[in-house]
Amino acid sequence: MNLGNLSVGLSTYLLVGAMLFCLGLYGVFAKRNIIAILMSLELMLNAVNINFVAFNRFLWNQKIDIHYILTGNVAALFVIVVAAAEIAVGLALVITIYRNRQSTNVDEFNWLKW
Amino acid sequence: MGTIVFFIFAILAIAAASGVVTSRNIVHSAFYLALSFSGVAVLYVLMNADFLAAVQLLVYTGAVSIMVVFAVMLTLRGEVSDSNPENRKWGWGAFISVLLFAVIALVVLTNSDWRVLPSAWTSGGSAEDMSLLLLSQFMIPFEAAAVLLTVALAGAVILAKGVKENQ
Amino acid sequence: MFKEMHDLFQWAWLIPALPFLSFLLIAFVTKRSKGLSSTVSILAILTALGLAIAIGLGIIQSGAELVEHPVIVSANWLNIWGLKIDIGTVVDPLSGMMLFVVALVASMVQIYSLGYMQGDKGWSRYYAYQSLFAFSMLGMVLATNLLQLFIFWELVGLCSYLLIGFWYFKVSAREAAKKAFITTRVGDFGLLLGILFLYNKFETLDFTALSAALSTNLQNVAVVGTVGYVTVMAFLIFMGPMGKSGQFPLHVWLPDAMEGPTPVSALIHAATMVVAGVYLVAKMYFLFEASPVALQFVAGIGAFTAIFAASIAIAQDDIKRILAYSTLSQLGYMVFALGVGAYSASLFHLMTHAFFKALMFLGAGSVIHALHEKQNIWDMGGLWRKMPITGTTFFIGVLAISGVPPFAGFWSKDEILAGAFQNGHPIIYAVGLFTAFLTAFYMSRLFFVAFMGPEKPQNHPHESPLSMTIPLVILACFSAIGGLAALPEHNFSFFIHFGEFEPEAMNWGLAGISVVAGLLGIGFAYYIYVKEAIKAESIAARFPIVYRILNNKYYIDEVYLWLIHHIMDGLGKVLYFIDIYIVDGIINGIALLTRGSAKVLRRTGTGQLQTYAMVFFFAVVVIFMVFAFGEGQLSSLNPLAMLGGVK
Repeated sequence: MNLGNLSVGLSTYLLVGAMLFCLGLYGVFAKRNIIAILMSLELMLNAVNINFVAFNRFLWNQKIDIHYILTGNVAALFVIVVAAAEIAVGLALVITIYRNRQSTNVDEFNWLKW
Repeated sequence: MGTIVFFIFAILAIAAASGVVTSRNIVHSAFYLALSFSGVAVLYVLMNADFLAAVQLLVYTGAVSIMVVFAVMLTLRGEVSDSNPENRKWGWGAFISVLLFAVIALVVLTNSDWRVLPSAWTSGGSAEDMSLLLLSQFMIPFEAAAVLLTVALAGAVILAKGVKENQ
Repeated sequence: MFKEMHDLFQWAWLIPALPFLSFLLIAFVTKRSKGLSSTVSILAILTALGLAIAIGLGIIQSGAELVEHPVIVSANWLNIWGLKIDIGTVVDPLSGMMLFVVALVASMVQIYSLGYMQGDKGWSRYYAYQSLFAFSMLGMVLATNLLQLFIFWELVGLCSYLLIGFWYFKVSAREAAKKAFITTRVGDFGLLLGILFLYNKFETLDFTALSAALSTNLQNVAVVGTVGYVTVMAFLIFMGPMGKSGQFPLHVWLPDAMEGPTPVSALIHAATMVVAGVYLVAKMYFLFEASPVALQFVAGIGAFTAIFAASIAIAQDDIKRILAYSTLSQLGYMVFALGVGAYSASLFHLMTHAFFKALMFLGAGSVIHALHEKQNIWDMGGLWRKMPITGTTFFIGVLAISGVPPFAGFWSKDEILAGAFQNGHPIIYAVGLFTAFLTAFYMSRLFFVAFMGPEKPQNHPHESPLSMTIPLVILACFSAIGGLAALPEHNFSFFIHFGEFEPEAMNWGLAGISVVAGLLGIGFAYYIYVKEAIKAESIAARFPIVYRILNNKYYIDEVYLWLIHHIMDGLGKVLYFIDIYIVDGIINGIALLTRGSAKVLRRTGTGQLQTYAMVFFFAVVVIFMVFAFGEGQLSSLNPLAMLGGVK
């Protein structure tokens, strides 16, 4: 079997994206350390980016104007921008909370309680 | 050849991601995270998104990971080997995540239309193409993103600096 | 010849650019050094004035050719899908005239301020604002399209705000600045709506393109209702001038704006910024001309403002307020002149008015400076002997505004009145004539009371320094001879006119009537205030109500206050009642229900974020499954199916 000719299809990429997304989701649900939760969020955003780029790549059509067909990549770029902003503000919040509560443990953050 | 590279790095990215969420040492988690980001960057290269791959390496592997490491250092207390524990409901979390993955996988695999193979790629995806698109059709979102970054920067500085009492 | 001129006109952008440069220099470099700041600012505006004069001479030399084909230099500024905005400069006789007037008055005022603002703590800030104002005003004059004009329009409004509130430590100055800014904003809102409407209909904001688009649209009979929406556009656009040029009922800010330093009043609130409205109407005249209703409205508002403000000016005692109401009245003159179709006369009056009103404001500043901030004319008296230059130049200003030949005001005012009469507006002509009489009366009253009559022993006036008297003399020269631009064959209206140029001979009969009205006003004032044949007090005593109404400016400010206090507050009270008993009643009932159920349900809120997230995501998964695998109603909305996915 010639592995070089065996191309990887769209669904494979989507599955990789889904895998990363679900791992991130698990991290968000299961971790106690709030920084770990932020890391997991980044994983999820990355997974979404994989999907954007994959759709862009595989539904690419030479006949359509190139300036429209790169839209998926642009969306991914914007996601990266938002993610960067999110992690900056998120970590600043973590540090502020840590300063007040001396803790990064989400279980102890229960201000939303009645 | 491309296939081999794909599987190596896809598996690397996924393995590193599972490392992030399973490691009990938060410092290890942060390093796994950087590894996972790099793996994804290689996937971008395979999908002819060179510019995005570069941005991925710069922003995620470079900046975000470093920031996470800094935040870890600033907030770490107690034993580092038990700095990243699971909570009591982790089983439920695992269940929902696996369920979601199962549903997505089912949809993707039972759908023949999505088993698209790549068509020939001639050009596109370079920084030049992206910038053309960003400065014409996506000009307003582009400017908005710039404003967002500025605001986030200022907000992060203010939050992290903290407000002094009696001021 | 024309080729070289064209090269010269391409440099018109330098005229606003120089003051802007000086603003930046003062703000960031020289602000600590008073001497340097004022030098930079004055050098910049004088250079701009030199350029403006060069361009003006160029325009006169190129003659008729430029009237038909203005020189437009523009660069693309914005090009976002569907919105294309240029930024550039347009040189035609109208903008050339405005450039000259603005640059001249601005440079005179800046030189004058060297004396007037002596020792003020905010010296550098003052010159920075002055430069910024000169930049904005000159930029506005050169605008090629409505958006560019609007930006500079707002910038001059900002400068006006900054300069009225220049002495921000005075409460009255702060209040006046806010009042000016907010009142003009009411008008600007209408202007912005008008601009958007125009863009929506014609898809361009460029003046020439708009004009062309409008005329083709008007010829196209199939476009039903064109005249209707043109009228709406004209009304909306006219709201901007109503605010900026202080037309009734948005005039209330201008008298209060006198809280700023007097040179500022001379520059912004007499000669330049307030005529921006007139300039805008002149620029958009093709729009107004297409709608007779709008023109009628413009004429009516202008005429009413003219006589209304003039009648208030009679009973005021503060020298600056008299001048302020006089400015309002003269602005009304320009506006109604546009309304009756006396296009060139209106702009001619704009120019002459800028000369003599700036002159009189600066003269008033000189008096106030000499008397240590006294502004009541009854505290003055006999100033002519002590301040001969100020007195003489002021007298020239009074003669000019009263329409005595051969001074500047005579020519322009006469053209306006003749235009109103000949274009078939007898009522407006009568109002204008009566206003001319009132104008002559109150200006002479001001002059006789303040400059003649007995000296007040408590005053020790002295002539102002050279830096203040030289601008006075220069402006007095222009006030004296500026009107002669109406005389030569290629006269003012040859260059600045709308539509076909029709040379008009002077109508000496009508001119005679307006001169008589002016002289009558002066004579009347002389009779009352110098000869004291009739005591002013006795007139006031005879008609106490009239006097009080005039002295209190028709209680317009009070009416606005009353409206806000009673109508707005009363409405507020009613709404408050409805809110408290009806709306809140319902809300409270719902709230009680919610509260009861919440008592039970709140046990589920554990405060654990991750639990919430899990519940949320579980629901997402369920909905996703319904979409992906479900049948019937919900799955018909299946987003995957839309993507060509699940069958």
